[in-house]
Amino acid sequence: MAQNQTQTLSKTAMRPLSPHIQIWKWSMNMALSILHRTSGIANSIGLCVLVWMLAAAAMGLESYDVFHGFITSKVGQVLLFGWTGSLIFHMLTGIRHLIMDSGKMITIAGAERAGMVIFILSITLTLALWGCVKFFD
Amino acid sequence: MKLKWNYSDLNHPMARAKGLGSAHGGLHHWNAQRLTAITNIPLFLWALWSGMTLAAANGADYETVQAFFAQPCNAILMILFLISVFYHMKLGLQVVIEDYIHGNGLKIICLIALNALSIALAVLSIFSVAKMAFF
Repeated sequence: MAQNQTQTLSKTAMRPLSPHIQIWKWSMNMALSILHRTSGIANSIGLCVLVWMLAAAAMGLESYDVFHGFITSKVGQVLLFGWTGSLIFHMLTGIRHLIMDSGKMITIAGAERAGMVIFILSITLTLALWGCVKFFD
Repeated sequence: MKLKWNYSDLNHPMARAKGLGSAHGGLHHWNAQRLTAITNIPLFLWALWSGMTLAAANGADYETVQAFFAQPCNAILMILFLISVFYHMKLGLQVVIEDYIHGNGLKIICLIALNALSIALAVLSIFSVAKMAFF
């Protein structure tokens, strides 16, 4: 019985795994790739909030007030801030992907430079955008 | 290393005959992902700008939002944005599912759910914009 179990285990669970993100040393290239996918998934979740807004606004004042109450709450504002940052980051890394599709910037140095520009730009743009909205509010 | 090619090389029947290029619909997926990526950029920047102005104008209250979508130009751009973004989202999440879900049965269920959900949410949001534009 015990031997049988080890045999089934060795067939499935005990197979050697290839190294994963816990093993590799982080590089700019890797960070950009992983964060591009992560921010894409976050954007999809954020898109549901936009659908909620549009549907609530179309249904009438009462349902829109529920949405408005959520989005202007502390939690709603933090989520909205994160979503704007994620969208801007995803757009910038997406532009990098379009450039790489044309055969340019496919070097380690190119990735390092693009990464620095992308991180600085996305943080600056997100903060500037929220600064403007809060200033004119 | 030179990695330049053009679409026609990938599409060419001779490439297919020689066994080069994608086996199924990969090329269409790849092209559609890039096309929607490009259309997303101006539409997203417009949506971002609109969101900012709406928030700055009376904190995007009910009347301001209704007046915004009563403008045909805004309604049309929003619908275009929704089509482009939902198509792009569907293509992107499809790759995530294909990468991480290995069981064939579960994978197919997830892909069907993704397709159904993206179409349902797209129709719901586009209908909502149309309702505000027309009524």
